[in-house]
Amino acid sequence: MAGFTELLLQGMSIVLRAENLRFLLKGVGVTLELSLEVILISFLLGVALGILRYARVPVLATMAATYVEAMRNSPMLLLILAAHFALRLTAWNSGVAGMSLYTSAVLAEVVRGGLNSIDRGQWEAARAQGFRYVQILWHVVLPQALRRMIPPIVSQFITVVKDTAYVWLIGVDELTGRAKIIMGAHAEAVIALFFTIAVVYFIVNYVLSAMARSLERRYWARSF
Amino acid sequence: MNPLAWWRWQALFENRAIFLQGLGQTVLASALALGLALVLGAVFGVMAVSPWRLPRWLNRAYVEFTQNTPLVVQVLFLYLGLPYAGIMMPVLWVGVLGLGIYHGAYVAEVVRAGINSVHRGQLEAAYSQGFNYFGAMRHIILPQAARVVLPPLTNQALALIKNSAVLAMIAGGDLMYYTDSWSSDTLHYGPAYIVAGLLYLVLTLPLAWLTTNLEVRLGRGQRGVA
Repeated sequence: MAGFTELLLQGMSIVLRAENLRFLLKGVGVTLELSLEVILISFLLGVALGILRYARVPVLATMAATYVEAMRNSPMLLLILAAHFALRLTAWNSGVAGMSLYTSAVLAEVVRGGLNSIDRGQWEAARAQGFRYVQILWHVVLPQALRRMIPPIVSQFITVVKDTAYVWLIGVDELTGRAKIIMGAHAEAVIALFFTIAVVYFIVNYVLSAMARSLERRYWARSF
Repeated sequence: MNPLAWWRWQALFENRAIFLQGLGQTVLASALALGLALVLGAVFGVMAVSPWRLPRWLNRAYVEFTQNTPLVVQVLFLYLGLPYAGIMMPVLWVGVLGLGIYHGAYVAEVVRAGINSVHRGQLEAAYSQGFNYFGAMRHIILPQAARVVLPPLTNQALALIKNSAVLAMIAGGDLMYYTDSWSSDTLHYGPAYIVAGLLYLVLTLPLAWLTTNLEVRLGRGQRGVA
């Protein structure tokens, strides 16, 4: 264990060099950019898929269900690699596509669950006011459901941030990929680099989950 | 060059033993890791509701650290980092340890929620009957909590199988690894990834259905009681 601590301290002096810190910090930016892109695409796709299933649109609902079950029960890494090698997308696009295929399926279920949690009486009340189907969905049910979806979406965002660590494998230089690059040049800094990126991921995710908790409190209070 | 040409599928069929071997390794690693996750989850889950501060603190440290850092980083650390500290393990152990520790944290949260779902009065009633803390946990609280935790546990088993693909990153000889290496040798990417995807679904879909089934059945049971 003494050797371990020594290695950690010795490695930290390399990690803390200005050029390495700057290099890693850019990786944090890449990680966050990828995460944001994935969660945005997945949210839009997830809302569309979730509504198709909720509204039981013939044929399309079955297709959406098949997509959701196939994607959310597949390993994300398989989807990323398939996008890169089988579909020949660029590294960045494979990361976005593979991660969004999976995440949109998960969010589709979140959306469907959120819509289902809205009382059917809302439909009847809105119809009595002369709203049409699409109007009720858009103006009455969806806004209420979205509010309840915010906590699970933020927690999915945390999962996405963690899963971006997969894409170094296809050559995207996000945080983990950049740490691996420095490891290649400084074997003595391996332990320190793992320690550093673990702390960075931890901080990012801890902030996100703290945000999720406060959002939950706020929206929970308002939805009743 | 059609990426899904018939002869490519034939080549895959001739090499099916490679994929089946990978599938076997995925099942083996997942089963061992699930065992480890259940043990860790039970121990740390019980620690979460302990009357003493130290076990509760250890539970928080374990769960927060494990859930807020990527599985990829944890597994890579075990694989690339530990050898620098003089700890070398066979790659299967690295995978089992990494997956087991990661999912153990999720199982611990499931166990904690399960225990908390059992009414506090049950513990007091057990004390009044002469049980000590451990006896009450073992004979009164945990058997009741087991019913509640079943659906989320099958869900964890499913997530663990999916996450076992991380073994491909450390040359773990699992299905994802052989899919990647065989297809980059032969360039039959299309059939390889389609078949691998279907093989994973063969493992995960039954668990998905089981989870939904248990949720419906246990949910209905609880509503009946209320």
